[in-house]
Amino acid sequence: MSTNTTFYGFKRENGRVGVRNYVAILPVDDISNAACESIAANIQGTIALPHAYGRLQFGEDLELHFRTMIGTGSNPNVAACIVVGIEPGWTQKIVDGIAETGKPVAGFSIEKNGDIATVAMASRQAKEFVHMTSGQQREEHSISDLWVAAKCGESDTTTGLASCPAVGNMYDKWIPEGIFGCFGETTEITGAEHLCAKRAITPEIGDKFLRVWQAYQDEVVEPHKTSDLSDSQPTRGNIEGGLTTIEEKALGNLEKIGKKISYIDVLEPAEAPAKGPGLYFMDTSSAAAECCTIQAAAGYVVHVFPTGQGNIIGNPIMPVVKITGNPRTVRTMSEHVDVDVSGVVRREMTISEAGDALIEMIVQTANGRLTAAEALGHKEFVMTKLYRSA
Amino acid sequence: MGGKTNEQGGAFVKIPQLLAHHNDDNVAVVVVEGVTAGDELFCVVTEDNSDFTIKSKNDVPIGHKIALTNLSEGDTAIKYGYDIGKIVKAVSKGEHVHTHNLKTKRW
Repeated sequence: MSTNTTFYGFKRENGRVGVRNYVAILPVDDISNAACESIAANIQGTIALPHAYGRLQFGEDLELHFRTMIGTGSNPNVAACIVVGIEPGWTQKIVDGIAETGKPVAGFSIEKNGDIATVAMASRQAKEFVHMTSGQQREEHSISDLWVAAKCGESDTTTGLASCPAVGNMYDKWIPEGIFGCFGETTEITGAEHLCAKRAITPEIGDKFLRVWQAYQDEVVEPHKTSDLSDSQPTRGNIEGGLTTIEEKALGNLEKIGKKISYIDVLEPAEAPAKGPGLYFMDTSSAAAECCTIQAAAGYVVHVFPTGQGNIIGNPIMPVVKITGNPRTVRTMSEHVDVDVSGVVRREMTISEAGDALIEMIVQTANGRLTAAEALGHKEFVMTKLYRSA
Repeated sequence: MGGKTNEQGGAFVKIPQLLAHHNDDNVAVVVVEGVTAGDELFCVVTEDNSDFTIKSKNDVPIGHKIALTNLSEGDTAIKYGYDIGKIVKAVSKGEHVHTHNLKTKRW
């Protein structure tokens, strides 16, 4: 059993614990990106989160947009938040949602002010937030305060042999200690959906997973596919890495949930888990940036990302720990690798040792070590869009 | 290329060139770079650490699969002990298995 039972993080007003201390400058919509980037350029210690959407969305798609915005601002890695939108209504809705956490948040709208006046006002507020939060100290917290999400990318046959089982081993060891876990990638479970359904804590939750999985097949794959999805699932990168079929990819993917634990609920995209500590399945895109963005919006503070061929993904507010078992990727892309478990395929390292190496790196990351993706400046922040705008 | 040795827990173990997940598997994964046709590959089954050797019939990149037995068109490829798709072109033992002879049964 691991000796990593505590970490040093920032306690928030709502009791959650963050591992980073950002003042986030959050645009409600695409056309407010420029103002947000100007504010972040004016005030050191802030981070702008530009993205592509937020206009003329409606229904379930708009609800997901608000949930993602509010969830991002509410994430414990964000100490304080400035929200900027073109008009005041949607801006205030997001401010009010984030304010429920009790953290400092302020909104600014651009109409009737223009970019320049808005940037000036918001920059002054952002500077105050930087002064309020930059002196906060990390304190020791139980590992049970850590929320750790997982998703794999640029997978190959080594992810199913080494890096995904290492993540599964981490969950097998840490879920019983009371952490929150999360996996998703609805379409990439195809071929192993029957096995995934059996890993639910009850048949009812297993059925809930199967309904979500079937809905994706019926609503997205069937209406939109041409011949098949064999150029996207598996991807060209997966195929280069030796994965041939979606079934093979799915079986490797599912290694991330370990051998012993069950997931306790099925979440909507960006939905915060509400059934207490445990592993959750979230209905997510299998595209890395979209998946990480909505897992962060659900409140996860550290991400573990197994890769085979070398996915380089990062996230602006949630550190993404990269783990690989592919010796060629370690040789050719070492700057992107936080945890090297290629010893597993040489039989020099057991899966349990690989899990312990990952646990050690998660704790170091939670304590403040920058991940490879953070050091290299990866800040991919991508909304999940359910359908075309109005 | 012969299996190299390293020390693990006092026992000498050979570094495998090929890994299978499960004893039911009829394909296994090349886990070293530079496998060429004719190489005698040392294969370990991760489920129970059993091992055997098999001769590769092709140059096979790291991460790609080799058939552990002769497979006919219509057969099911097994990995992790589970169905990963259907053989669409006959494959002989030791041959490279990939998109040219194995297809999904899904989309």
